[in-house]
Amino acid sequence: MHRVTRALALSVVATVALAGCRRKPEPAPAPVQTTPVSNPAPTPPPPACDAACEEAKRRAADEERRRLAEAARGSLTATIYFDYDRSDITDDARTKLDAKVPVLTQNTGIRIRIAGHTDSRGSDEYNLALGQRRAAAAKRYLTDRGIDAGRIEIVSFGEERPACTSEDESCWSRNRRDEFEITVGEITAVQTSSSVR
Amino acid sequence: MLRLASALLAGAMIIAPHARAYAQATPPPEAVVIGLTYDPGTKPGVLVLRVPGANGDSIRSILQNDFDNGDRINVIAKDGGGFPDSPTAGRNGNYQLYAQLGAHAIVQVTPTATGLHIAVHNVAQAKVARVRDFPLDGAPDSREWRMSLHAISDELELWITGVRGIAATRIAFVQGARNGRLYVIDSDGAFPTPVGNESGVMSPSWHPKGTHIAFSVIGSRGCCQIYVADLASSTSRQLAVGTGLNSTPVFAPDGAVIVYTHGEESGTDLFATTAFDRGPTRRITVGRGTDNTTPTFSPDGRKLAFTSGRLGRPEIYISDADGTNPELLTSYNFGDQNYRANPDWSPDGRLIAFQSILPGAQFQLNTISLRDRSVKALTSDGSNEDASWAPDSRHLIFSSTRTGTKQLFVIDSESGRWRQLTRNGGVRLPAWSPPLKR
Repeated sequence: MHRVTRALALSVVATVALAGCRRKPEPAPAPVQTTPVSNPAPTPPPPACDAACEEAKRRAADEERRRLAEAARGSLTATIYFDYDRSDITDDARTKLDAKVPVLTQNTGIRIRIAGHTDSRGSDEYNLALGQRRAAAAKRYLTDRGIDAGRIEIVSFGEERPACTSEDESCWSRNRRDEFEITVGEITAVQTSSSVR
Repeated sequence: MLRLASALLAGAMIIAPHARAYAQATPPPEAVVIGLTYDPGTKPGVLVLRVPGANGDSIRSILQNDFDNGDRINVIAKDGGGFPDSPTAGRNGNYQLYAQLGAHAIVQVTPTATGLHIAVHNVAQAKVARVRDFPLDGAPDSREWRMSLHAISDELELWITGVRGIAATRIAFVQGARNGRLYVIDSDGAFPTPVGNESGVMSPSWHPKGTHIAFSVIGSRGCCQIYVADLASSTSRQLAVGTGLNSTPVFAPDGAVIVYTHGEESGTDLFATTAFDRGPTRRITVGRGTDNTTPTFSPDGRKLAFTSGRLGRPEIYISDADGTNPELLTSYNFGDQNYRANPDWSPDGRLIAFQSILPGAQFQLNTISLRDRSVKALTSDGSNEDASWAPDSRHLIFSSTRTGTKQLFVIDSESGRWRQLTRNGGVRLPAWSPPLKR
């Protein structure tokens, strides 16, 4: 069931990316969305490539890999947000969590820490438990999709480490969050067209 | 598992097969009161005579301030202007003059080599009702000296009203909104004093004998580990309860067991462990993925109240101390938008204070009666949180934004009268100590 959902989600994302529009603005684009762009840029047919040209190609490939790794890191560490006093995974959070799954699947050496946070409303002490529940909800979402539980540590900060401090909904909504941090390993494998099934 | 359970049973927390009344029996008055007669419900008028000696003014104002803070005595101030320095008995006695001021009792303080000689006069009977010599510790105006004077105030309040005062107590709290430190402050606001070196302190809670404070520390790796500070040495020791979230520790009334919140992926629940050795931990609540936190013991140690989100929103529950028979204490109606948290059980066992918030509003403090579950509002102004009972089961310390920044306040739950205890902002999570000196 999850596999079906994921395949469907991936194909939808790819379709949307190909169409090149109606994509929600993201701070860091998901790697799957970048791969089609490289496909329609075919290597120009010979004249043969000299040494300088080969060097340029390698640089370009390195640059592309670096860019994809950065994008994958952006997906993996993208913050997700919650409704007031809730730990349910919202649709928006689901999209972001789905983008983390392939990064974790392809980079098995990576371990992450999920830190749950709350807004400033509510009891300071109860919010520690609520932050824990939010971190646990994201972890459960990822482990349900095949990620080894031993690779994910969860912690709570309650309302003790706010992202912003004004007392209004726009700030509260930014504080009700899970932050994702890579604790062990580096992103080495990046998504390529062949890895999109 | 059986061994673990029986070890705990044999240890500190003994669970009775049946629950008794939560309230401890009211102890018989330990001292003979001075036999004042005054109308029930009114406060006896007490005049503290001017105190001779170098520290006389200081002594007098501390006694007057303690009586005033206790809310059981009407302090009568009258100085000079030809008014007699002390009452005289006999045919030409002047007790009548004091009676005209509304004084039911007169406190006469005479410094001695080791402390104070105190006589309390019964004005209506025109005679000295009781005398005693009290020691004073430390240098004048030192922390120890003031504490021994507070203990005298509390004893005099017992003589005069039949109820011991709460001046010889301190309040533990967290100073600093982020990376806060543990402090204690005298009940009259004197001597705010840091305890230990930890930063990121939350949820301090007193040992029943006032010798230790348990608290949690939130670090760069999240919440929290539990520590126990020894007040005599101002050093603290981490409780061995494993990794994960460990917060809101409270001592059982026997002082040997700590109940705390432990959080994992499966939710946060209450657990118990031994306070002073590396004993086993034992689960109390079974929240099945919900939040269960901020425990508070009934004074007889047989019951716990705590916050639980098991119905979707935080509410106050009570259960037996081993976690059995959990029961919703605060009323819950379907669709209810209330949020109730942070219970604190009164030392006489009759009330539980808690905080509640409605959507778009601010936290307010309430009490709920264990007898008939009637709820009484304590506050309405500003955001009011983290109530903790004084030993008299009448006053509470809490944090409030009513004067701007978050400060600590004391409220008299009977009259609603309140006073501000702290002046530096960014303080929270107060806990009132048991009596610290007699």
